[in-house]
Amino acid sequence: MAMTSEPSGSSFRLSMLIYDTRYRSITIQILFLFLFMAGFAWLVDNTLANLAQKGKDINFGFLGSRAGYDINQMLVNYTNDSSHARAWIVGLLNTLVLAVAACASATVIGVIAGVLRLSKSWIVSKIMTVYVEIFRNVPLLLWIIVIFAVLTEITPAPNAFRGENPTSSMFFFDSVAITNRGTYLPGALFDRSLGDINLGIVSVSTNYIVLIALIIASIWGYRALQRKAGVVQEATGVRPVTWWKSALILIAPTLIALLAMGFHLEYPELKGFNFQGGSYLRNSFIAMWLALTLYTGAFIAENVRAGILAISKGQTEAAFALGLRPNRTMNLVILPQALRVIIPPLISQYLNITKNTSLAIAVGYMDLRATLGGITLNQTGRELECMLLLMMTYLIVSLMISGAMNVYNNSVKLKER
Amino acid sequence: MNKTVFFGAMTAAVTLVAGAASATVLDEVKARGELNCGVSTGVNGFSAPDSAGEWQGFDVAVCRAVAAAVLGDPKKVKFVTTTGQTRFTALASGEIDMLARNTTWTLSRDADLKFTFAGVNYYDGQGFMINKAMGVSSAKELDGSTVCIQTGTTTELNLADYFKANNMTYEPVPIETNAEAQQQYLAGACDVYTTDASGLAATRATFADPENHALLPEIISKEPLGPLVAHGDDQWADIVRWTMNALVAAEELGITSANIEELSKGTANPEVDRMLGSSEDDLGAMFGLDKQWAKRAIAANGNYGEIFAANIGESTPIGLARGLNALWTQGGLQYSPPFR
Repeated sequence: MAMTSEPSGSSFRLSMLIYDTRYRSITIQILFLFLFMAGFAWLVDNTLANLAQKGKDINFGFLGSRAGYDINQMLVNYTNDSSHARAWIVGLLNTLVLAVAACASATVIGVIAGVLRLSKSWIVSKIMTVYVEIFRNVPLLLWIIVIFAVLTEITPAPNAFRGENPTSSMFFFDSVAITNRGTYLPGALFDRSLGDINLGIVSVSTNYIVLIALIIASIWGYRALQRKAGVVQEATGVRPVTWWKSALILIAPTLIALLAMGFHLEYPELKGFNFQGGSYLRNSFIAMWLALTLYTGAFIAENVRAGILAISKGQTEAAFALGLRPNRTMNLVILPQALRVIIPPLISQYLNITKNTSLAIAVGYMDLRATLGGITLNQTGRELECMLLLMMTYLIVSLMISGAMNVYNNSVKLKER
Repeated sequence: MNKTVFFGAMTAAVTLVAGAASATVLDEVKARGELNCGVSTGVNGFSAPDSAGEWQGFDVAVCRAVAAAVLGDPKKVKFVTTTGQTRFTALASGEIDMLARNTTWTLSRDADLKFTFAGVNYYDGQGFMINKAMGVSSAKELDGSTVCIQTGTTTELNLADYFKANNMTYEPVPIETNAEAQQQYLAGACDVYTTDASGLAATRATFADPENHALLPEIISKEPLGPLVAHGDDQWADIVRWTMNALVAAEELGITSANIEELSKGTANPEVDRMLGSSEDDLGAMFGLDKQWAKRAIAANGNYGEIFAANIGESTPIGLARGLNALWTQGGLQYSPPFR
């Protein structure tokens, strides 16, 4: 190193940027980056210039003004006096609810279908093949519309429940009504409610927080009890009887809390034009949920199948040799290893679900695309601003999902030491 | 590879700039030889293709009249279908030269969206349609109902205001097009369908059992519908405005598609002569057209009264009365400024 100093007089010359292989690649990259950014800046400038020529500015002030339209499904308080920004949040929450519900159910369906497709039973594996191929090869939009049309056309209108001799009746002791507008379920009511916690934009019911906290505490207590029983068993060889204790720990606190808060069910009742009371799942939501679940479930099934097939047959044979039954072999040996292969493509399926929720306008589900990107855009005429906000929102949501899933992926992936 | 993409983007950008370099709309339409006219996706009587695939209707007639005035042939129109959501973007971007799609004239559309309304060709108001079996006789009884509504329209905002003002609640079912709304309404997925009363009448006319559906008496808004163009080309706005005025004036002056040839040979009424180009005055030259522009516009579909009667009048299945849309001389609001 010390012997080969730079030849004297060969200080840096500009031509070396092109002719010296040490610098050439960097030169080209910097040049290309510069050109790319110049091109991008030019496109932006061009857009702004054209907008200015049409007399349109870029202004997000409309978000603060009164929205003036109503939204049917709201998870937070919203009236037509609320601002466009709030309509945006309502839409975002509707999108997220749909995405979370569809991700969960698609995973369940996908795993079951993927495992069953590898079943030794010919009929079961063929049925699953048909399911996967049918749903995977028809556009999602068609499934959404077909399911929505079926829900609308074959279920009775609320009117059919009316009168002395109704042509339709409710299910489960008059607690569930399936109509062509949606499904009405009993809802939870608390006589002695603990009130709501206001978190600025969202207010959360304290009742549910207390209940969830109690259930988590019960499960934690149950685990502690089991651990203690394990310790006793290790020491004495006799496992103490715990079933009534565990039952008490698991059920009693929640039950007492429910009684204390005066929990009872509210049944939907036909009043006026529609059923009133209880919870209401709109057909638009059900159609979107079913379609996203079945469609994406088919893709996830293929991921699961690929993941399982990636585990060598030797693993199964070794597990069998150790005396594990097929069920436990799958749960304890194959699936944990297959997860490493399954998770990365699963992340992109979750992202697909989230982005595909934007098809919801086809059935009038008021998601982000229908509120901010639909009615707000149309009533304010701020196309560019709304589209930019919409893209930004989807981008952030998608990045958050893939970030969270990457954390999970890191925890299950093969740790090489 | 990267370079190819880059140059592709460059070329696309250059084309955009070239497109933006402004010629007047009139020059563009003449050079193209075709008028791009935005219409609805199908409202019977206003704009819908007939069994032969030809666009017919009250709004379509405006497009044809403008094409006749500008290009000399009412057939030289390319109809671009737009939904409530896409119409303004299509017009602002120059994809269509004019929009004739039962669009309500409002201040914000005029000033904020930067459009110029060429006038009102139909004075309308928002109404409600409901199945007679529901036993509802007034919109005030609609508390708790499920309402089908086209999104992105003024009707959506009027509906919210009306129910709020009357302290009632409702469940909106947002719908993209009139056809979807019709299907949802007939399936009973919504109790009520609300849109402009003319649109309701047009929709009801296509039902298998129109007699079982009632329009409620309440009209909850003013909906002046008319064709519009983008801001920035006053000459083009003038052409569309005066083409419409010519149709109204023609009815007032008794010019019909039957007698127009006869009258254009010269009459005792100087205004008729000015309009039909049979006098010395050359009104068309003032906005870049020839002398006979109004004559061709009127000859295309007849005057305003003839267009109304042929498409939505009482003898058609839609059966709308003239009402507010009668001439001012007959107690209505249709009134044309003078041709002078």
